[in-house]
Amino acid sequence: MTQTAEQIQPEAPGTSDVLVSVEDLKVHFPIKRGIILDRVVGHVYAVDGVDLVVRRGETYGLVGESGCGKTTLGRALLRLVEPTGGRTVFDGVDLSTLDGEELRRMRRRMQMVFQDPLSSLDPRQSVESILVEGMRAHGLAKDRQQTGKRLRELLDAVGLPSYSLYKYPHEFSGGQRQRIGIARALTVQPDLIVADEPVSALDVSVQAQVINLLEDLQGEFGLTYIVIAHDLAVVRHISDRIGVMYLGSVVEEADSDELYQTPLHPYTRALLSAIPVPDPVVEDSREQILLAGDLPSPAKPPAGCRFHTRCPWRQEQKCATERPELREIRPGHRVACHWAEDIEAGKITRHEVEPELVETEVGPRDVPDTPVTVTDIV
Amino acid sequence: MALLEVEDLTVVFGRKGIEPTVAVDKVSFTVESGQTIGLVGESGSGKSVTSLAIMGLLPKRGVQVTGSVRFEGTELLSLSDAQMRDRRGRDLGMVFQDPLSALNPVITIGKQLTETLQRHQGLDNKQARAEAVELLQKVGIPDPARRIDEYPHQLSGGMRQRVMIAIALACRPKLLIADEPTTALDVTIQAQILRLLSELVANTETAMIMITHDLGVVAGLCDEVNVMYGGRIVERAERYALFAEPRHPYTNGLLGSIPRLDMPRGERLVPITGSVIDNIPWTEGCAFAPRCPNANDDCVQGPPPLEELPGGRMLRCYHPVEPAAEQPATSEVAR
Amino acid sequence: MQMLLERKKRRIDELAAAGQGGTSLAKQALKRMLRDPVALVGLVIVVLFVLLAAFAPLLAPKDPYRPYPELLENLTVTNIPGPMPGFLLGSDADGFDFFSRLLVASQQTLIVAVLATLFGLMLGMIIGGLAGAIGGWVDSLLMRLVDVLLSLPALILAVSIAALFARSNQWTVIIAVGMVSVPVFARLLRGSMLAQRESDHVLAATALGVKRTTIVFRHMLPNALGPVIVQATLTLATAILEAASLSYLGLGDQDPFRAEWGLMLAQAQRVFEVKPSLAFFPAGAIIVVALGFTLLGESMREALDPKNRR
Repeated sequence: MTQTAEQIQPEAPGTSDVLVSVEDLKVHFPIKRGIILDRVVGHVYAVDGVDLVVRRGETYGLVGESGCGKTTLGRALLRLVEPTGGRTVFDGVDLSTLDGEELRRMRRRMQMVFQDPLSSLDPRQSVESILVEGMRAHGLAKDRQQTGKRLRELLDAVGLPSYSLYKYPHEFSGGQRQRIGIARALTVQPDLIVADEPVSALDVSVQAQVINLLEDLQGEFGLTYIVIAHDLAVVRHISDRIGVMYLGSVVEEADSDELYQTPLHPYTRALLSAIPVPDPVVEDSREQILLAGDLPSPAKPPAGCRFHTRCPWRQEQKCATERPELREIRPGHRVACHWAEDIEAGKITRHEVEPELVETEVGPRDVPDTPVTVTDIV
Repeated sequence: MALLEVEDLTVVFGRKGIEPTVAVDKVSFTVESGQTIGLVGESGSGKSVTSLAIMGLLPKRGVQVTGSVRFEGTELLSLSDAQMRDRRGRDLGMVFQDPLSALNPVITIGKQLTETLQRHQGLDNKQARAEAVELLQKVGIPDPARRIDEYPHQLSGGMRQRVMIAIALACRPKLLIADEPTTALDVTIQAQILRLLSELVANTETAMIMITHDLGVVAGLCDEVNVMYGGRIVERAERYALFAEPRHPYTNGLLGSIPRLDMPRGERLVPITGSVIDNIPWTEGCAFAPRCPNANDDCVQGPPPLEELPGGRMLRCYHPVEPAAEQPATSEVAR
Repeated sequence: MQMLLERKKRRIDELAAAGQGGTSLAKQALKRMLRDPVALVGLVIVVLFVLLAAFAPLLAPKDPYRPYPELLENLTVTNIPGPMPGFLLGSDADGFDFFSRLLVASQQTLIVAVLATLFGLMLGMIIGGLAGAIGGWVDSLLMRLVDVLLSLPALILAVSIAALFARSNQWTVIIAVGMVSVPVFARLLRGSMLAQRESDHVLAATALGVKRTTIVFRHMLPNALGPVIVQATLTLATAILEAASLSYLGLGDQDPFRAEWGLMLAQAQRVFEVKPSLAFFPAGAIIVVALGFTLLGESMREALDPKNRR
């Protein structure tokens, strides 16, 4: 899926191989207390220094558990959440320098697909007005007939019948709603789509339909994707490259096959081993790395390596004091671990970890990313 | 005698003026003591309603429960509320998907645990507290002597689920029903909880019914798996047989829909077309027929029966997936 | 295969047929409401009241604005004439036809209630809308103001506002009663606007590049309006009661000829021992109408949010 394009043509919009580059992006949400006047008593370090590069036409997967900041990162790189620091360069344009109207125009080229297809569609609008809205906002809906034709084509592309236009979101099933959400993103002919947990709210049998649809559309419309999800199996299936996030930063980044075959960061290893495989033979034989304890609060991230409190490979030196940089160990494979080489070579072995107490002081934005399945009661 | 025998369990929801919905339709299965069985299905499959019916937790109004649920020979459906409450604490334990809403937010976790212990085991305050600390220790809560005086909201999701498990296991029940116990949790926490459950069950000879939508969870845990669709069991088999050779097109379709980490990348998923809203009522034929790649005219003539196949497998299908065949001819029929 | 395909086709046709318009949420809510007996009772009362108010001058058998000699001749300090031919409910304390006045009073009561509610609604929505749409310090400032208003008991606030006017008339009542509901509407709209601001579909519209004002008026306001409309219906009921209270306290319309239920109740007090029915009828009318609006409002609340039922 990766495109071959001319390399080394930096900063010239439209020609560079790189579509999105995120540089030291930070989002710190203030924790406020107080009755009359709000007082800042701390920060939730939702995203804390992320660098990444997404090339044209590729699918970049961001994976991590709830509280790792992946959703915030997805929103901050589109400036839907105002970053505290760092910047996003989209096709040669630094988004942080744009004013309101410039940013609004820019949004045409970078779209988003949401986790909950019902809540992300305005319940009072018919599908037609949901779809037309973006086109109107960017002056793409000049001609009535042309617009109608385009909407029908789009609905067809996402696999919905054209009479859907006159219906309302609540009249569709979950999978169909997600198709509407995807069609909405496509109405403005974007270059980039950030899909935040696009399938986690759907039934398993429907997930596969939406995954296939996303793949088809990428080819058809030449899209670049950033797919954010907690399910590593889903992310690996659709992504060319994957970044693994833990407590606000990327701890490992590699091609998706490479990441699966030779995970270098201890957290990635644990994550991979935790995912159940629907095959009893594999399940019986595979080795699980169980992590001790819970994710520390993003309001009080541990010093040094953020993962050291739960890391089965933790060492006496460095881990608790020095924050590891994300460094390239192999071409295209970056890891933020002091001991990655030694772990890979087997010089360091796993040991027991005593679970540490985690105070769950819930921050204002500490909403879990985990999927909420539809209750089973009819 | 089996520990739990569920026979023709049927649950119908219906309020005045609203067409009744059959949520669970003549479901039968048995659980031997020490056995772990799985109930797998998607939303609307009736798996959770089945568990609530067994536990007697469905509301009385607007719900009709028929059939039979025998626990060690006693018919649970005919017990009074008080008798059932007693059973629930003592013989039957339950773990829910969302521990936060299942725990009382204004009572400390210790109090919730000791109450259960005192009611069912007649321990005094001090004994109960000591026992509670031990239970919390057993389910892997660090520093239990301190945590015992905390409230549910002070714990993380994984810890809350551990507390739920501790409460469910407080009186050493013979049967534990786990309804999507890990769905709300992160994968690494899910791994912890699943490990905990399987260890507890193995060490105490407790039988377990695992209710989940995740075939991966079932694969590593259950001896026997029931696949439910539209309120009925469509396939039942021992786990190795089921995963190696899924015979029902729905089971097969589910397995084809899941991206697998251990499979080479780049292969296209084979989804099941449509969604549950396409179902037809079981009375008219196979509910799955409109989404089924193998469906034929006879599938809408009448409902297929649940038939026993060699090897103890049960199957409800007129045109099952042939064993050992390569990928069946799955075409995206309904569009 | 044939039958199966037939089935599928039929299903699609059904969907398509049902889809020729689709049912919006508002339509669904209306349907639910029309099935609810409580709503129907409320609706009937309200509709009858409105019709009565609209046609009261035509329905009144006598002129409500002048005393009748037939009534005056029997009127003494200890006797107020009861029902007699031509005068269904007899006289009031001043020799006017009580029945006609009772009918005509509905008009005044409705006008005061509706205008007061509208006034409160407008001002409350402007304040709440600004606070909810802009947020930040504007929000803080406006909400502190609103909190001050909210902290005063409704009637005391209304009385103090009414007392500010040199000569009270019906506008005094409207403004005073309206002001009482301003903080309620403001808070309510702001709250639901804020909830909308955090919602996914507003974020989706922002991500789509839709203009801020469009988002406020197309997405946030319409979705935030439901509870406000319900509250407005309920406020009509309290407005009637409060307007009546103000009139009763003598802070209402000073024009002795104008008929209004609260005023009639106040006047009846002086002669309560002579003719108690002079108090009972206006009081009963106030209660029934307020009940009608309350029933309608409550069932609207339920219809708009079916999750609340059970």
